[in-house]
Amino acid sequence: MLSLYVPGHSVVHRAPAGVKLGLLAALGVGLFLTERPAVVGGALVVALAVGLGAARLPWRALAAQVRPVWLWLAVLFVFHLLVTDLRTGTVAVLRLLALLVAAAVVTATTRVTALVAVVEWLASPLRVFGVRPARIGLVIAMTLRFIPLVAERAARIREAQAARGADRLRWGMAVPLLVQVLRMAATVGEALDARGADDAPARRPRRRPAVAS
Amino acid sequence: MRWRRRPEADAETPAVALGSGIELRDVGHDYGDRTVLADVSLTLTERRVGVIGANGSGKSTFARLLNGLVVPTSGTVLVDGLDTRTQARAVRRRVGFVFQDPDAQIVHPTVAEDLAFGPHNQGVPAEEIERRVEEMLDRYGLAGHRDHPAHLLSGGQKQLLAIAGVLAMRPQRIVFDEPTTLLDLANTRRVARVIEELEQDVVVVTHHLDLLAGFDRVLVVEDGRVAADGAPGETVPWYVARMD
Ligand SMILES: Nc1ncnc2c1ncn2[C@@H]1O[C@H](COP(=O)(O)OP(=O)(O)OP(=O)(O)O)[C@@H](O)[C@H]1O
Ligand SMILES: [Mg+2]
Repeated sequence: MLSLYVPGHSVVHRAPAGVKLGLLAALGVGLFLTERPAVVGGALVVALAVGLGAARLPWRALAAQVRPVWLWLAVLFVFHLLVTDLRTGTVAVLRLLALLVAAAVVTATTRVTALVAVVEWLASPLRVFGVRPARIGLVIAMTLRFIPLVAERAARIREAQAARGADRLRWGMAVPLLVQVLRMAATVGEALDARGADDAPARRPRRRPAVAS
Repeated sequence: MRWRRRPEADAETPAVALGSGIELRDVGHDYGDRTVLADVSLTLTERRVGVIGANGSGKSTFARLLNGLVVPTSGTVLVDGLDTRTQARAVRRRVGFVFQDPDAQIVHPTVAEDLAFGPHNQGVPAEEIERRVEEMLDRYGLAGHRDHPAHLLSGGQKQLLAIAGVLAMRPQRIVFDEPTTLLDLANTRRVARVIEELEQDVVVVTHHLDLLAGFDRVLVVEDGRVAADGAPGETVPWYVARMD
């Protein structure tokens, strides 16, 4: 789930991350301002066209993003059928689907670094309050990096406990996991020091120009 | 002292005439009231230095002192004449550090992004970062993994990525703390070869004694003291004999 980027050289890949995020935000607001099925459905079609057509994303890259929530969409639809009507239900589901697909297209065509740079840029006014935007960016990147890692360690501990006969999921697992994570955090802190995280320049050097993917 | 060539370093940093090498003067280190290292005085100028010793003897503490990750509670550590206590940043630019567990030092989600992290912190211009990233991807066979999530790499690839991430910062020296402990035989050999081919000066803490065959100098740490210091041909057998 965290390896969302699908390398490519399409127009969509090369478009500035800020523009993509801006359009996504605008779409998010816009979709909630309308109740017309044609508009909402149109947005979904456009998002799919951009993703599958212009960006040449594989179908499953988008499907993977929708799969975890399709059940909720179904529940939402049924709920609307019972409480409101078919039209409202259709609009509600299509709206979320359009947003999901659009968001999936943005994340699949934009490197984390580029997204983080936008977040840093957005956070830059906070500098007057002593916030260091580069830090915010680093925290986001590190979160994306360490979630799968911690999940993996958790799985390993579960295996170790299963190997010793604890076949049910135990809360006791949290303790060794916490110990491991804290120990690793100490090393991560040192590694950040060793790799100069403290020396980060005040301004992020611009990312490379449009030539590259 | 032998004269050694440091092609890359010379291009980027002005030569420091005074005290080149890493010098420890009466260094001691305590964690609370526990003395972990005591009375260490030596100068490292060799290209390849190994550090061996039992678990808990103080090797990692020694290694961390060399780039200022740990500041000694007594005595002084000088890197090319720079005091790690007062010039930690400058020291860390010169001395890279590779940890035992690559997972703890890869901090960005994808391979290329992680390689760019160190040079970015150093304020290296974007095009130059890009060049170095490509070079490292190429050199360590990671080119096909450019945009892959780091957690999908094999253990050996992760350690290579960790090493490449440090090399991308162009340090003059690199300290390795048990770089092969978590690796299988093939990857241990691979990392050993990588270390062997480095043009930088290296200090390698290890339990893999055969890694040290071609080294210039090996220190044996015992209970926080340097118990033996010399050519690997002398110190390694001495250490092995003491274990029996
Ligand atoms: N941050 C710390 N706080 C307290 N004690 C510590 C700390 N780091 C290390 N020690 C203790 O200092 C002693 C030396 O540790 P060090 O990590 O330097 O040993 P080592 O030779 O690297 O061992 P190993 O071969 O197991 O890696 C150990 O007894 C350890 O428990
Ligand atoms: Mg150690």
